[in-house]
Amino acid sequence: MKRICTPEEAVREVKDGASIMVSGFMCCGQPPQLMEALLKKGVKDLTIICNDAGFPDRGVGKLIVAGQVKHLIASHIGLNPVAGQKMHSGEMVVELVPQGTLAERIRACGAGLGGVLTPTGLGTEVENGKRTVEVSGKKFLLELPLHADFAFLQAREVDRFGNAFVPKSMKNFNVVMAMAAERVFVETDKVVEPGGIDPDKATIPCVFVTDIVKGGGNA
Amino acid sequence: MPDDKRVRIAQRIARELPDNSLVNLGIGMPTMVADYLPKDRTILLHSENGFIGLGPSPEKGKEDLDTVNAGGKPVTMIPGGCYFDSAMSFSIIRGGHLDVTVLGALEVDEEGNLANYMIPGKMVPGMGGAMDLVVGAKKVIISMEHVSKNGASKILPKCTLPLTARKEVDLIVTDMAVIRVTPQGLVLEEVAEDTTVEEVVKKTAARLTLAPKIGKF
Repeated sequence: MKRICTPEEAVREVKDGASIMVSGFMCCGQPPQLMEALLKKGVKDLTIICNDAGFPDRGVGKLIVAGQVKHLIASHIGLNPVAGQKMHSGEMVVELVPQGTLAERIRACGAGLGGVLTPTGLGTEVENGKRTVEVSGKKFLLELPLHADFAFLQAREVDRFGNAFVPKSMKNFNVVMAMAAERVFVETDKVVEPGGIDPDKATIPCVFVTDIVKGGGNA
Repeated sequence: MPDDKRVRIAQRIARELPDNSLVNLGIGMPTMVADYLPKDRTILLHSENGFIGLGPSPEKGKEDLDTVNAGGKPVTMIPGGCYFDSAMSFSIIRGGHLDVTVLGALEVDEEGNLANYMIPGKMVPGMGGAMDLVVGAKKVIISMEHVSKNGASKILPKCTLPLTARKEVDLIVTDMAVIRVTPQGLVLEEVAEDTTVEEVVKKTAARLTLAPKIGKF
């Protein structure tokens, strides 16, 4: 059985300078109460790995506005103007990664791979400083695995073993991020006993989840 | 750009989409193509945040916050759609399973190079899924205004802005023209009904070859 905790208890372990993967796509599938707890705790110098910078007044975007994020690794920051301002002023370092590459770098870490070879980014600024590899006459970029201290994820239902049901378009980065962090906190609206989730509907297999966070709602 | 010109671009691109195809429409003007899909063809829309079967906007009060599009707005799914995670979504895109992607552009050039994700020092929103879409889709259609707000050609001999991808654009549809990218360069195939070949050539910085027969749209 996995530990069940509150959002406040979950963030107790997060220290200044920690790296956190945050699931969600424009806040859909992002754990709302874990984000609020991080904001309230005020930890700083965080490295955040997330698809996007969210909105200034929602989810992960609020952490950026509050100046808690030192390094952001994301594919898109366009809907959070504060993220752009902090990038241009040098207050926050932003590493922009093509979305598919971001997913695969995270997956590579969790899947025990030394990296991924992708054609995405060839001949663009994304190629700068990276190795290219030729396979069967085709050129690829070598992209390295991404790992984090924590993954903060969201599900609608989690059983006590940690199997998580993530419906609809909430899935996005929840699945790959579950594989790529030391501690994996899944915030959920509902905790059920083992057997309470149809085994065919376990979006995240229990093995990856370390802690279940009682919370819920929408970021 | 006036609405009727946007509609013209959307309608023309919609005609380009084959039956039984999977298509990804970018945020903004490309999204309008969804309103003009030919009724006699099965065209499924892919949303890169994680599903196939993107449907129309929900009725007011019936929004489902767990089904959003790539812009984060609540949308609907048509019967027969399916959800998946981001790794699967981009496997579909990068793996060559997506038939068409329609995207906007800041600049396109004679080689089919595309710049559409940043203006250094001014606008740096990030590439999102655009780099994967352009590299992975079987066909890349650009939907854009022919000239920028200050009247400059957006179709250039060579892109000046940072590239999204090299040599991946197949077709450019603007409010003035339909231009195909070929190994020999850009071929003007159609001009809008309210303009002329001469006017299009004048407003295009890149070299255009004229198709043997130039249509109207």
